[in-house]
Amino acid sequence: MENRVELNRNLAQMLKGGVIMDVTTPEQAKIAEAAGACAVMALERIPADIRAAGGVSRMSDPKMIKGIQDAVSIPVMAKCRIGHFVEAQILEAIEIDYIDESEVLSPADDVYHIDKRKFKVPFVCGAKDLGEALRRINEGATMIRTKGEPGTGDVIQAVRHMRMMQSEIRRLVSMSEDELYEAAKQLRVPYDLVDFVHKNGKLPVVNFAAGGVATPADAALMMQLGAEGVFVGSGIFKSGDPVKRAQAIVKAVTNYNNPKVIAELSEDLGEAMVGINESEIELLMAERGK
Amino acid sequence: MIIAILALQGAFAEHQQMLHKLGTDSVLIRNLPDWQDFIGRDEPKGLIIPGGESTAMKRIMRDENLVEPIRSAIAGGLPTFGTCAGMILLSKKIEGSDAESFLGDAAMDVVVRRNAYGRQLGSFYTEDSFGDDSSAEEKVPMTFIRAPFIVEVGDSVKVLAKVDGNIVAVRQGNLLATSFHPELNDDVRVHKFFLSMI
Repeated sequence: MENRVELNRNLAQMLKGGVIMDVTTPEQAKIAEAAGACAVMALERIPADIRAAGGVSRMSDPKMIKGIQDAVSIPVMAKCRIGHFVEAQILEAIEIDYIDESEVLSPADDVYHIDKRKFKVPFVCGAKDLGEALRRINEGATMIRTKGEPGTGDVIQAVRHMRMMQSEIRRLVSMSEDELYEAAKQLRVPYDLVDFVHKNGKLPVVNFAAGGVATPADAALMMQLGAEGVFVGSGIFKSGDPVKRAQAIVKAVTNYNNPKVIAELSEDLGEAMVGINESEIELLMAERGK
Repeated sequence: MIIAILALQGAFAEHQQMLHKLGTDSVLIRNLPDWQDFIGRDEPKGLIIPGGESTAMKRIMRDENLVEPIRSAIAGGLPTFGTCAGMILLSKKIEGSDAESFLGDAAMDVVVRRNAYGRQLGSFYTEDSFGDDSSAEEKVPMTFIRAPFIVEVGDSVKVLAKVDGNIVAVRQGNLLATSFHPELNDDVRVHKFFLSMI
């Protein structure tokens, strides 16, 4: 039996230093690919519109996803609801490259996440802190992203989640070995995962930022805080000049430590997505699925 | 000796770790000034183009004005190693595409098939022989992630590895390319092979 978990972690490694963009049509997917996206997330409605529309939001129409798979050569991801393993089976059946078991959609199960080890295709999951991240990894996720607060254009929650994960990682690294058992208990995760973080100072899988990234500066901020790449959802195609903004965010992720480059990239981008403040919204998607 | 690793997108950190294991210095190239610093150094040099998404790397290379400087260095004999996406970038032609290689005459005389094993479900791990006539037949770990393989080679191209009859590693003069990712396993033999070309 070949090691799917390892191969699926490896694909996430290839996405590092890149930008994964939400797209709703084959045309948008081509724009994203030409702008330098390392993957696209195919979905019927971007988070800002899901938020505006309200109601139950579900996996996208497989036909729509296939249209996007045919349009580009880069990896194509798609979202299923938390706990909805049949939606995940459908996405596996159409050979999606990565499944996002996502809090952006309405959860299908308020207790259990999908047993991701049962699948051959890889899963990325959102997390607000180290405990959530390691629980998802234990369930078989081979890539983690911050939850942030999708569809807001407000980066505060992504920052909070990334800072939380990084500070908890540093805490584990500094512990003595006999303290790790108690840490595992508190985090509600297996000892082996805690031990890995203690020894390596990072998650055993790639960790991206997501949820509220709208500008090249936002993307670079997340990279400097320790993200290994960035998901941009509503921020691109809800802005005034999607092509230019997409290219600028791609370059900002590559040169995240170079303020001079980011300054140039930030010029004349047109209007950013309007955005909503965290305090103005009623539905906190990040509270879904812990 | 100093090795530049193109660090625009993808698994560049893994290559850096491999070189570190071999006690070889490396620098990450994110933009033109990084490249100019590297080229200005007075010591033997090599270049690694890592795995990732070749379309993303090409886009950033163009925007950062890195295409011509890298092309002329490779044409001038700079030893260069491409893995996966890096193999695609070093190839003369992508099957089914009319686009000219950005390397022009300096490109490897091969035709490459992108995503030759299909989507992520087609990714796999195996161990197979790698090497030229000078080395013994040794099996090395090979991780293929949405990998390409080579469908045509010119006369001056030496095939270094085949898996199931498909060409997955080649050398032509100063250029080395693999479909698989030696940087993802602990085995340093393929990187050693590259360093021996410098």
